[in-house]
Amino acid sequence: MTPAIQVREVHKSFGAVQALRNVSLEVAQGEFFALLGPNGAGKTTLINILAGLARADSGKVMVTGFDVTTQYRDARRALGVVPQELVFDPFFTVRETLTIQSGYFGIKHNRDWIEEIIHHLDLGDKADTNMRALSGGMKRRVLVAQALVHKPPVIVLDEPTAGVDVELRQELWQFIRKLNADGHTIVLTTHYLEEAEAQCSRIAMLKQGKIVALDTTKHLLESFSGRQVKLRLSPDYLPENLQSLLLLRTDSSYTLTLTDFSDLERVMSRLREAGIVVQEMELLQPDLEEVFVQIMSKH
Amino acid sequence: MRGFSTLFCKELLRFWKVSFQTLLAPMLTAMLYLLIFSHVLEEHIKVFESVSYTAFLVPGLAMMSVLQNAFANSSSSLIQSKITGNIIFVLLPPLSHWEFFLAYMLAAIVRGLLVGLGVFVVTLWFVTVPVKFPLWMLLFAILGSGILGVMGIIAGIWADKFDQLAAFQNFIIIPLTFLSGVFYSIHSLPQFWQIASHFNPFFYMIDGFRYGFFGISDVAPDVSLAVVAGCFMALSLFTLWLLKIGYKLRY
Repeated sequence: MTPAIQVREVHKSFGAVQALRNVSLEVAQGEFFALLGPNGAGKTTLINILAGLARADSGKVMVTGFDVTTQYRDARRALGVVPQELVFDPFFTVRETLTIQSGYFGIKHNRDWIEEIIHHLDLGDKADTNMRALSGGMKRRVLVAQALVHKPPVIVLDEPTAGVDVELRQELWQFIRKLNADGHTIVLTTHYLEEAEAQCSRIAMLKQGKIVALDTTKHLLESFSGRQVKLRLSPDYLPENLQSLLLLRTDSSYTLTLTDFSDLERVMSRLREAGIVVQEMELLQPDLEEVFVQIMSKH
Repeated sequence: MRGFSTLFCKELLRFWKVSFQTLLAPMLTAMLYLLIFSHVLEEHIKVFESVSYTAFLVPGLAMMSVLQNAFANSSSSLIQSKITGNIIFVLLPPLSHWEFFLAYMLAAIVRGLLVGLGVFVVTLWFVTVPVKFPLWMLLFAILGSGILGVMGIIAGIWADKFDQLAAFQNFIIIPLTFLSGVFYSIHSLPQFWQIASHFNPFFYMIDGFRYGFFGISDVAPDVSLAVVAGCFMALSLFTLWLLKIGYKLRY
């Protein structure tokens, strides 16, 4: 099956700044993919190249098999982009905005789909309100609606939940998950790593324009993050031969790093030998934030 | 074509929604010019033997309004979209550079013609102006507003802030308009400025447009038409090239 997105050896510079350096990746159709990285890593530049808002200095970028420069019409029809900034046209209402956007994509009779999007994104009450009069959250919903107006198979969301309240965030994720379940490929960038961990099956991490990690979320969590166990001990003392595993000491607990869960047996036996009783034990799950920090510090 | 027609209609809607500012205000301005200039100068200036100064002034004022508003339409739409960021709504869809160009230029022509027509209608209150060759008049109005619409696209794309756009307008468009014979015949100028006027394409637009009314002009209308059409073609090709390479739009 043709990949939803193919990026091959892409380079992009702005003057002396190398925004992207030999970036290659593929996103399969139907995937929920995250593009992560610190500010200035090149995420938005990569998205802009996908969307035709920027042009790569070299390399090839394709959306559903269509080259974004030579077959830009097909490539853009296949792509819906939710931009990072809350941009809007102050001259028009929500419904007018969506009808106009639909027309730009050459779609003539799109009223039913527009009404459906308005309904799904809970914009019904505001459909005839001027864009200027909407709250930030509502404007964000309209941006999502605009990206969907031409039913693109690939949807790119550039920090969709930045500055969004908890309620809307949950609604947005629910809607985006539904789109993914319906077969849309989702690519997102976010600084909320717990969201990427919860939603995405595969992740690429960028740093200074280079891909420094590209793997499934599961594999990244397993391979980059050590297992941890949190213990409350009586007496409150950690034997000398376990000090090397100590990651964090709080008033009442010790957090130890294990290379594997089989290490747990060794810890228990050493505690027993020292006459220490485990009063409370908690196995800590590795999280993406920790993986992210480790990867970024390595490169 | 659907993409083009949507962008064109959106551009028309944009100025229609603020028509007080985009249509009525320039008509009022032109009326004030006519009121003051005709009152002060009617008895002192005679440009053509058979034409009163007030009547002479009407085509010039109408064309000046056509040109300035055509420029304002495309330039202000683009700079506002760039600064607010909503330009991406027309950059993300599969619109070609031709569709982009035609939509902005034709919307500018429509606004220019509407304002020109409005100015002409309100000036009827002061003076009745004959229209001897309406097709010549229309041709120069369309080509003139087309040129300024295209210049508006160039300025809107080039400018990064309102200040730069204002500089383009105040230091290029307005001087070229005012020094083109809106208020006078170039034959009333000293020799140097007469020659200089022949290098100003705006002069040919206004002179040819005025020919459509009175059948009299400083330069033969077919010469003016050739100059104006040549400028239109050259500027259009340049702008299409800018749009094709994505100058200041696609980085």
